[in-house]
Amino acid sequence: MARALINVPAKAKKGEIITIKTLISHEMETGYRHDNVGKAIPRNIITQFVCTYNGLEVFRADLFPAIAANPFITFQTVATASGKIEFKWTGDNDFAQTESVNITVE
Amino acid sequence: MRPSERCILVIGALACAIASTLLIARAAEIPLNERKSGYEFMGRDSRAMQDDDTANPGTFSVLDGEALWKRKVGTAGKSCADCHGEASESMKGVAARYPAFKVARGRPVNLDQQINICRAERQQATPLALEGKDLLALNAYVARQSRGMPINVTIDERTRPFFEQGRATFYRRQGQLNFACAQCHDDNWTEKLAGSPITQAHPTGYPLYRLEWQSVGSLQRRLRNCISGMRVDNYPLGANELIDLELFLMWRARGMPIETPAVRP
Repeated sequence: MARALINVPAKAKKGEIITIKTLISHEMETGYRHDNVGKAIPRNIITQFVCTYNGLEVFRADLFPAIAANPFITFQTVATASGKIEFKWTGDNDFAQTESVNITVE
Repeated sequence: MRPSERCILVIGALACAIASTLLIARAAEIPLNERKSGYEFMGRDSRAMQDDDTANPGTFSVLDGEALWKRKVGTAGKSCADCHGEASESMKGVAARYPAFKVARGRPVNLDQQINICRAERQQATPLALEGKDLLALNAYVARQSRGMPINVTIDERTRPFFEQGRATFYRRQGQLNFACAQCHDDNWTEKLAGSPITQAHPTGYPLYRLEWQSVGSLQRRLRNCISGMRVDNYPLGANELIDLELFLMWRARGMPIETPAVRP
């Protein structure tokens, strides 16, 4: 499994805008390169990232070959209620990874 | 005068101007209080990436290194931790002292070499490949324990001959372009090369995550980049010339804090 780093505040006030930062280790091989004997290196990228907050989708991104290795995705959302924020990355070669963090909203 | 001739004259004059700037052998060492880490030459976004461990892709390498530190390997069935215990205690300040003199080798060795010496002698395991993911990870994990500590290599009667070799390499003009490292990094660090700042070349954050590489790499990888840019017949990874140059560069950066894992463009 790939390593992922998530940075979400553990606590927030209701209605507060919070910043979420995610970083995942992935080579993001473009599919446009060749190895030292001229053989094409097949594409291997993350194609989609989805973030859900207590089951509700709050952010989604499609990723493409021009995106660098170890994609760093940061975005904001509104702290609505305590609960679970889930992150899912999917991609080539059946890549799928899920991470989650808990947030307390007061 | 035809326009094409005028053009040639202008280019010629420019080339002379550039050449004369470069030929003035200032060769002055940077005063200690004017030294700057590569960090200070970076833009806001790259700095933010380095400053936040959860945004710094070098963190992955450190975490991989932590796992390797605890893994039992080799016919001795020992992990690094079995001898050294908690890295946060035992490895604190270690990376700041390398390259260091190794009696058995009769010369200084860098941290990569020391890790492989440990593997051979204590763990009876095969050496890790230079510039391979595992060696970089272990090195990054060990060096991370020295973050914020001042670089402090030992220059004494044993290391001095190698230090002087490294210094000579730094100031010697070499390769097809007849360049010395010092011409950029001592004399022209206020200038730019192809739009990018020329830095002072202080190895404060290795192994580091370079955006251009999209991976973590060692100081030797970086040195070999520069050296091939100078069109010098390059030194192989692990070459004594590179170790000596590392020793000189670490001395040149003495007292500057370790930043591992740094981020650089």
